[in-house]
Amino acid sequence: MSTTLFDKVWDSHVVRKIEDGPDVFFIDRHFIHEVTSPVAFLGLKERGISVLYPERTFATADHNTPTINQHLPVQDALSANQLKALEDNAAEYGISHWGLGHQKNGIVHVVGPENGITLPGATIVCGDSHTSTHGAFGAIAFGIGTSEVEMVMATQCIMQPKPKKMRINVNGELSKGVGPKDVALYIISQLTTSGGTGYFAEYAGDVFENMSMEGRMTVCNLSIEMGARGGMIAPDQKTFDFLEGRLYAPKGEAWTKAVEYWKTLKTDADAVFDAELNINASDIEPMITYGTNPGMGIGISKNIPNANQVEGGTETYKKSLAYMGFEENDVMIGKPIDFVFLGSCTNGRIEDFRAFTEIVKGRQKADNVTAWLVPGSHVVEAQIKEEGLLDILTEAGFVLRQPGCSACLAMNDDKVPAGKYAVSTSNRNFEGRQGPGSRTLLASPIMAAAAAVTGKLTDPRDLF
Amino acid sequence: MAYDKFNILTSSAVPLPIENVDTDQIIPARFLKATKREAFGDNLFRDWRYNGDDTPKADFVLNDPTYSGKILVGGKNFGSGSSREHAAWAVYDYGFRAVVSSFFADIFKGNCLNIGVLPVQVSPEFAETIFNAIEADPKTELEINLPEQTITLKATGQKESFDISGYKKDNMVNGFDDIDYLQNIKEEIVGFANQLPY
Repeated sequence: MSTTLFDKVWDSHVVRKIEDGPDVFFIDRHFIHEVTSPVAFLGLKERGISVLYPERTFATADHNTPTINQHLPVQDALSANQLKALEDNAAEYGISHWGLGHQKNGIVHVVGPENGITLPGATIVCGDSHTSTHGAFGAIAFGIGTSEVEMVMATQCIMQPKPKKMRINVNGELSKGVGPKDVALYIISQLTTSGGTGYFAEYAGDVFENMSMEGRMTVCNLSIEMGARGGMIAPDQKTFDFLEGRLYAPKGEAWTKAVEYWKTLKTDADAVFDAELNINASDIEPMITYGTNPGMGIGISKNIPNANQVEGGTETYKKSLAYMGFEENDVMIGKPIDFVFLGSCTNGRIEDFRAFTEIVKGRQKADNVTAWLVPGSHVVEAQIKEEGLLDILTEAGFVLRQPGCSACLAMNDDKVPAGKYAVSTSNRNFEGRQGPGSRTLLASPIMAAAAAVTGKLTDPRDLF
Repeated sequence: MAYDKFNILTSSAVPLPIENVDTDQIIPARFLKATKREAFGDNLFRDWRYNGDDTPKADFVLNDPTYSGKILVGGKNFGSGSSREHAAWAVYDYGFRAVVSSFFADIFKGNCLNIGVLPVQVSPEFAETIFNAIEADPKTELEINLPEQTITLKATGQKESFDISGYKKDNMVNGFDDIDYLQNIKEEIVGFANQLPY
């Protein structure tokens, strides 16, 4: 029988099927961080049970870590307490821990692939919805709640009904200035923030085949923003080249055998999906969001839609625009902005810093803009320096911060003040996401760069 | 960890007819710093409920004494966004035992089921009927019958059935959780793990 990539990986991880219930689903790799794990460890303690496979769980601190002065004690007592709890719990249960200051520390969805923990055909979960990132390698990866974090530590399984399958095909040539973030924001704008709910997505077509691993991670990362639990891309030579030689990737004969298996991980020609979406690459413009969910995105040259042009209730739509301080039919280009954030598990990788630097090179940061440039990991940070990007950024008036989730969810001090506008390369423009009252415009690294040097929303294509 | 058993819940309801309520609204990230599961209800809908100076916003439904009850009725696509289980904890800790919506985000729905809050998905039409009934009479009662899988407007008898898997229903009715089940099949899991490539 013809099956999809998703079926192949899913079905090979079902321990047992419960009649009129979920599958008992085996998890190969489990990431934990300081925010969603403490209560799971408490649960283990209350039940008096241990971690079944501590070597399959990997801890890193990222969500509320400071992005300056990481060598000093963490000022926020509650954050410090969570970081300490992660360290103590990892030590107690024999789990690998890359805490603050560790050279392998960084955002969980950046360091996982960097160290070859993420592998094709693997099942990966984490108490974080952007775990979908790892689908870029042909893994089934998705976010879970804390009860499930406890479940995985206790039994290496979760109880999960098998989602429906959706394929999103993007074919053709992307226009200049259009990158992976724009492709993802465009897809979400078409499907809305709930159009993928109940599905697991496969991204297919020549646009994804031609995309770098970093770009594929950006796209898969944003799968949750259309409601899909995750999204994946069939592994290919690019995937294997990225992984070869990385710390946890198989070595020697095991590597050869693994690649042989990974080459079988693709959707059969006549496999059937529950839903399919076809997109022409040339229809996609550099994207920007104007509202309070990631589905509210448009091409930068477009005007904000009128309430009667959008799906859903008028009242919710108007509430959203009022929060943003925007009006229906507003022009986006030229809108003043206050903050720029480059970073997060969506766009905190080396390629994102290269793209940003290309635009700001030879220009100056606008005086009215506060810019936070936060690498996804120490590895990315080192690469920024090695490639000479830091010199260019410094010359243009930018400062590089230390790795972490930072202003994506503003659990640390990197908070956008109330009423201020931030062009952000992160993943969510929800009300207050980047600080109480903050107003977020999601965009690609080059859109963020264009805003950073002009002090307003600018079509990045005008700066090439 | 066993939780409260859920059988039949009869209560008035609190209406929140806003679409795409994300978990950042249900509980903002800055309140996720606890290492214990306590007092999350205080910060449920924090930024919709309180001003910057911590004074209550009079026009938000949780601050309006007209509305109360153990059932929260939300708009379409309730609980989207972040996987934080803290959102479900906040809903529970505030005193809600069921959330009704015409559409739920996946992770939030799963988190609710895992802690004993029942997500009840109804048709858009029935959601509208419920919102209208509450608007007409804020004290109007809903009956959620889990064994029968029905939700009923007590005043009129209007009723709809809802979906839940037999396994999850059994768990909620008896207060079991998934770890209880998984612990019992540990040998099977270990056997399975031993034949995997990684």
